[in-house]
Amino acid sequence: MLLTLDRLPAGVPAAVVQIGCHEALRERLRDFGLIPGTKVVVCYRSPDKGVTALQFRGSVIALRTRDLKGVRVQW
Amino acid sequence: MVKKAVTVALAGNPNVGKSTLFNTVTGLRQHTGNWPGKTVEVARGYLTKGDTTFTFVDLPGTYALTGGSEEERIAAEYITSGNADWIVVVCDGTALERSLILALQILSMTPNVILCVSLMDEAQRMGIQIHAEKLSGILGIPVILTAAGRKEGISQLLAHLSREPDAKSRPKLESIDVIGQAERIAAACTERIGDNAQPWRQKVDRILVSRTWGVVILLGLLMLLVWLTVWGANVPSRMLEALLDRGYFWLHKLLRWIPDPLHSILLDGAYATCARVLSVMLPPMAIFFPLFSLLEDVGYLPRMAFLLDGGMRRCGGCGKQALTMCMGIGCNAVGVTGCRIIQSPRERLLAILTNSMIPCNGRFPTLIVLAGLAFGKWAAFAVGGCVLLGVLGAMLTSGVLSKTALRHTCSHFLMEIPPLRRPRVGQILVRSLIDRTLCIAGRALRVAAPAGVILWFLTNGGSLQLLGKVLEPVGVFFGMNGVILLAFVLSLPANELLFPVILMTVTGAKSLQGLGVTDIVAILSELTFENILCMMIFTVFHWPCATTIATIWKETADHRKTAAAVILPTAVGMMLCAVLHFLL
Repeated sequence: MLLTLDRLPAGVPAAVVQIGCHEALRERLRDFGLIPGTKVVVCYRSPDKGVTALQFRGSVIALRTRDLKGVRVQW
Repeated sequence: MVKKAVTVALAGNPNVGKSTLFNTVTGLRQHTGNWPGKTVEVARGYLTKGDTTFTFVDLPGTYALTGGSEEERIAAEYITSGNADWIVVVCDGTALERSLILALQILSMTPNVILCVSLMDEAQRMGIQIHAEKLSGILGIPVILTAAGRKEGISQLLAHLSREPDAKSRPKLESIDVIGQAERIAAACTERIGDNAQPWRQKVDRILVSRTWGVVILLGLLMLLVWLTVWGANVPSRMLEALLDRGYFWLHKLLRWIPDPLHSILLDGAYATCARVLSVMLPPMAIFFPLFSLLEDVGYLPRMAFLLDGGMRRCGGCGKQALTMCMGIGCNAVGVTGCRIIQSPRERLLAILTNSMIPCNGRFPTLIVLAGLAFGKWAAFAVGGCVLLGVLGAMLTSGVLSKTALRHTCSHFLMEIPPLRRPRVGQILVRSLIDRTLCIAGRALRVAAPAGVILWFLTNGGSLQLLGKVLEPVGVFFGMNGVILLAFVLSLPANELLFPVILMTVTGAKSLQGLGVTDIVAILSELTFENILCMMIFTVFHWPCATTIATIWKETADHRKTAAAVILPTAVGMMLCAVLHFLL
């Protein structure tokens, strides 16, 4: 099933299909190693759901949930 | 004997133990300075072993070298410059795959690389094993495994570093797809043994970031931090004051050969002022910063930023601004420097401009005395209210700025949340005392000494009382009086000077020497409730101290931004006080 990363439930493993964020953010995500094909899990979200902690490649990165609207994943 | 000099640059992601390695190798033989013309700091450290002198350059921690941030450009420039004989890339043993991305990027830029896989103790605990020889074979460079507190990796590293770079052992790189390559290499060289779940760690982590408990723990920790600082600083502050008092008489005798006006300027002006500032400022900082570093080292701070991002986001800032505000409680100058952790330029500027609205250690004693006079047994709540007022002021100002002057800058928020770690207490103590406390104390003394001299001339010329009278109408307009306003102006070098200046103006004393808390309480108790309330508000919101202003200028390298950082809190304070004066 395809959905955007901001809606992926916590604890469900998924694989990134496409990254459609704006250029600057896409570059930053690539620096961290997030590209199409990368396996990700949502660890937890902040109290107001505004920040999402994503686990991939062995580390946990926190991002604004609204910035993840452009990342499509398959699970 | 021929001396050999070897320059080694340390590169790596943030939070991978790069600084730990740097500190372990160089110990206290290091100094920190800015890159010429840049706001990015670089630490250099030295080590002599046998006939070789090693110079270690600690490059800024980066995730990549292709991005646009200043840190990344500087690191990339240095690596390709050829100034270093060796580049040591520090990798995280618990997340080898991600660390290898940077390592491979560096390998494509320069040949003389050594890979140092750190945090191996943690990796082992998580059931991760790394095959160093295999990794070394694939990459074609030396690979060393290290862990905090273990020396064998270090001596191995030094042995490698004292060798001449081997031209034959060129690194082998087959493709330009660094991420895919990192993935394959990490998969080939890492082995997972057994279950790495460590359920208690995950459980603790979940609680720390949960909606209710997370916030409760966060507020509890912050209150504990402030309470320990204020309460714990009491006794050492008094002891330091007594000690420096004795130093006054000792110096008085020692420097008797200096002719009188100069003798008095040096002792009653410069020394007395420095002593006062030092005894009020040093103990709280020496308590606050090690404790704060402890939270940092455990890995709690990113979680705190994670929890607080919601509130800060509504004001146009980000969660990391909440961290810099907390640092501001320790010292606003440190808080402003701390804004470097915010990558996004707009959020960073917001955090710098509003930091001084958070009352710092230097202002707490003032607030406590004033609150005691005005609110009696409710004083603690009044001081808490002042901190809250400062936080609210900083957040509202950020919000207004982000919707007006800084509305067009776009931004995003990205932050690594490292695993919770056992803190390295010894190293924290030493580093936070040297890097933060002593550094700030030194900077404060450099401003306090000349300020003391100016103060001496003002008191001995009798101009203090005159200036107080001139400022009287302005002071009254803001709900205070001329003397108080004058004291605020003259305590620009350090907030700790506020009460001493009031004392000197009212009593006409020629020196700060021998004036104590009882004298100030006697003077202040003659003020009205309105005076004290406005004074408390103005203590929270007025111009930053000279040290902080200098730091803001250094961090922004822009006089307009620095001016804004001075004007903004002052305007807020004046507005509130004027309104209060009008109402009461």
